[in-house]
Amino acid sequence: MAGENPSIRINGTAVDPPDDPRTSLLDLLRERLGLHGTKKGCDQGACGACTVLVDGARVVSCLLLAAQCAGREVVTVEGLAQGDEPHPLQRAFVEHDGLQCGYCTPGQICSAVGMAAEVRRGVPSSVTRDLSADRVDLTHDELRERMSGNLCRCGAHNGIVAAVAATYAGGRA
Amino acid sequence: MNDRGTTAAGGRGWVGDPVPRLDGPLKVRGEAPFAAEFAYDGLVHAALVHSTIPKGRVTALDTAAAEAAPGVVLVMTHHNAPRMRPMPLSGTSEKAGGPDDLPVMQDDRVRWNGQTIAVVLAETPEQADHAASLVGAEYDAEPSTTSLARAKADGTHTAVLFGHELHVEVGDAEAALAAADVAVDATYRTPYQNHNALEPHALTVVWHGDDLVVHDASQVVVHTAWTLAHMFGIEEERVHVTAPYVGGHFGGKGVWSHQPLAVAAAKLAGRPVRLALSRKSVYRLVGGRSLTEQRVAIGASADGRFEALIHTGTSAHTRNDALVEAFPFTSRSAYATRTLLIDCQGAYQDMLTPSTMRAPGEAVGSFALESAVDEVAVALGLDPVELRIRNEPAVDPTSGRPFSSRHVVEAWRAGAERFGWAKRNPVPGAVREGEWLVGTGCAAASHLYVRQPGGRARLTLTADGAATVEIAAHDAGMGTATAQTQVAAESLALPPDRVTIRFADSTLPGLVAALGSSQTVTVAATVLAARRALVAELLTLVGTGSPLAGLTPDEVGPHDAGLARLGDPGRHESYASILAAAGRADVVVEASAPPPTEMAEWSMHSYGAMFCEVRVSAVTGEARVSRFLGSLDCGRVVNPTTAGGQFRGGIIMGMGLALTEQTLVDERNGRIMNPGLGEYHIPVHLDVPEIDVIWTGVPDPRSPLGARGIGELTITGTGAAIANAIHNATGKRVRELPITPDKLL
Repeated sequence: MAGENPSIRINGTAVDPPDDPRTSLLDLLRERLGLHGTKKGCDQGACGACTVLVDGARVVSCLLLAAQCAGREVVTVEGLAQGDEPHPLQRAFVEHDGLQCGYCTPGQICSAVGMAAEVRRGVPSSVTRDLSADRVDLTHDELRERMSGNLCRCGAHNGIVAAVAATYAGGRA
Repeated sequence: MNDRGTTAAGGRGWVGDPVPRLDGPLKVRGEAPFAAEFAYDGLVHAALVHSTIPKGRVTALDTAAAEAAPGVVLVMTHHNAPRMRPMPLSGTSEKAGGPDDLPVMQDDRVRWNGQTIAVVLAETPEQADHAASLVGAEYDAEPSTTSLARAKADGTHTAVLFGHELHVEVGDAEAALAAADVAVDATYRTPYQNHNALEPHALTVVWHGDDLVVHDASQVVVHTAWTLAHMFGIEEERVHVTAPYVGGHFGGKGVWSHQPLAVAAAKLAGRPVRLALSRKSVYRLVGGRSLTEQRVAIGASADGRFEALIHTGTSAHTRNDALVEAFPFTSRSAYATRTLLIDCQGAYQDMLTPSTMRAPGEAVGSFALESAVDEVAVALGLDPVELRIRNEPAVDPTSGRPFSSRHVVEAWRAGAERFGWAKRNPVPGAVREGEWLVGTGCAAASHLYVRQPGGRARLTLTADGAATVEIAAHDAGMGTATAQTQVAAESLALPPDRVTIRFADSTLPGLVAALGSSQTVTVAATVLAARRALVAELLTLVGTGSPLAGLTPDEVGPHDAGLARLGDPGRHESYASILAAAGRADVVVEASAPPPTEMAEWSMHSYGAMFCEVRVSAVTGEARVSRFLGSLDCGRVVNPTTAGGQFRGGIIMGMGLALTEQTLVDERNGRIMNPGLGEYHIPVHLDVPEIDVIWTGVPDPRSPLGARGIGELTITGTGAAIANAIHNATGKRVRELPITPDKLL
């Protein structure tokens, strides 16, 4: 089947869609490509550990079939740094101790990148008070609500929120 | 002291400095390899089939369709599984790691609902999962005991903890309760809970002939290696278990049946195997915290002195394990009371063996005890902080031993001041902001001090003056490697970037489980012992022209990347110089920590005063924690940054314990009904406020470094602080966890 579909671009590299149509994007990354930065925490879309960016939008890669990504641009945690220069969020997570075991961390970071883009587009959340406003301020509640799809069991929440807030400082993403 | 704006203890990256966790840069890039991420040629993927009855026999297994499915390598059942000895029950020998003494896939017996009855190996995860769905099973079910009520009716037995029955009597507590000016007497219930580390249990297994390599998600690598060797009848030295990065454990990543199953499947297939448990399989195969039913009764005099404290009750476990959720343990040392009755009963169920989960016993026991203390305060009209201080014990109330260091009153005072406790309205239901009822509550935290006896380490000093400490300890995000780098750097007078800690590998020295919040002191005592051995060894190498010539080990200590005479730093020679002069490439010593005699001589615990503000919706019954402060007394803090993570992590897990977490078991058949993160609710970002933590920082004179345990302390007390705040907000006393909205409407 390879070659019949357009390829998937993953962190800038063209990859053929998998032969087995059951393969999730997550398993394509981890088991076929050896990109283990994206984590499997539940395989049910409930924990956010597998969050990646597809065409700039955050998705849980366990619930997306790899075949659906043909022709699309996937960015994983491995693709965020510019060479040796970490993404500002990666630096902030270290600085604010936004992690303990590190298993939810790649998903938190990718999710925050996608979240910031949503805020820039003015997408409201369930705690947004003024749904007609064309801009959203990234308040403490907005940030926490928008990151609530990414579970952390170690309890690094305060540090994660501090890291994301510091990266997208000024209340706007 | 706290972890925000902490002044550096010296800025050298030694003990007390807020050093950023060393593995942070690797983890934020997603480059830290976890157990399911080790690659081997020819590796096959495993999927599991679980029993759907709690007890009986498997009478037929239809594996033909699975075996014929694309990509399937084999299906392992009790018919073809390699022979293994039963699990060696933890505690029956030094390195035994089994949670129970059950055989693993050796017969047709079903012993709990969810037991593995088949393992499917296939070339890809998708093929394995699909083939597992094709395995058919028939059962001959037998009568089973799957509810606590039924288990209690069958009779209970006194729980055993640390080799002693968990039963304490001081005076006649029932009589004192009956005669007291004020008495509260109530039943508290806590549910089954699961650890839910974000990384599901996983291992990658490869056999090289009779040599076995296992990359595991483990908090007990040496126990795991020995246990697998025992079960498969091979020499311990031939099993190599590593766990360099573990995605959280919280007490749940010991030895369970999935490790021997994966090892057996790899043996049968002759290929490397990866078994990454699905979230559902974690619930089916790895025990969580068992449920409890507790009675706490307190009798007090009119001025608030405790005349009687009774903490009794029952928890469920299996006939094949030795662990009962020891909830009344927390009441042994908490308060000065004239009489005391503590009793913990176990009841046998046909269930998955339960396990230790963060602060076993104390997390749920403190919910009951500290709720009851609050009830006494309400009954007496006394401030609950003042009531606790009034009943502060001078010595341990059950053992009579002195406390090694107990400054919890300081913690109460400092916490009350910082929280603004004096502004509290003690009248329940009196503060309302729109739909929200606002209340505050407090509770005491405490956690037993443990130092393990198995601390042993190898310390290597190389000619360039760098040191490596090797010890089979663990770091699942607690910060062990970072903290111990600081300990080793300080004790050798080296910059931290000249120190390497190697850990989580069963071939390294030491027998140190990541249990009981005991690793920090266990490893630190070992590092200090190794330092002593190194100093002695180095002194045998110094030449006659050295400033150190003629000095004894008692006269010198590490100073400025070398050794110096104590009190005379001018008589100094660097490590590099000593080794160069002796023509040595390195010096290697191994040493064991002295036995933990302090635990027998003193009553040792970490303590805390927990303060909480909640807002409860009068419309929906939803309770939200809006403020939380932990004011702690836990000895010397090695690293305020990583300690702050542990403190907040315990409090957040305590919020889950209080408000949302419950593993739902169908009492008709013992089936877990919510085996997933979509239905088992742990706190999410919006649930978690900014959490404030402060500590006394008083070093414990009886422990290595002056430190005590911190990893489990703050899940104790937190549940009660929240429940007590909810009572203050609403006037409703909820004695059954979790406090879901239905209980507040």
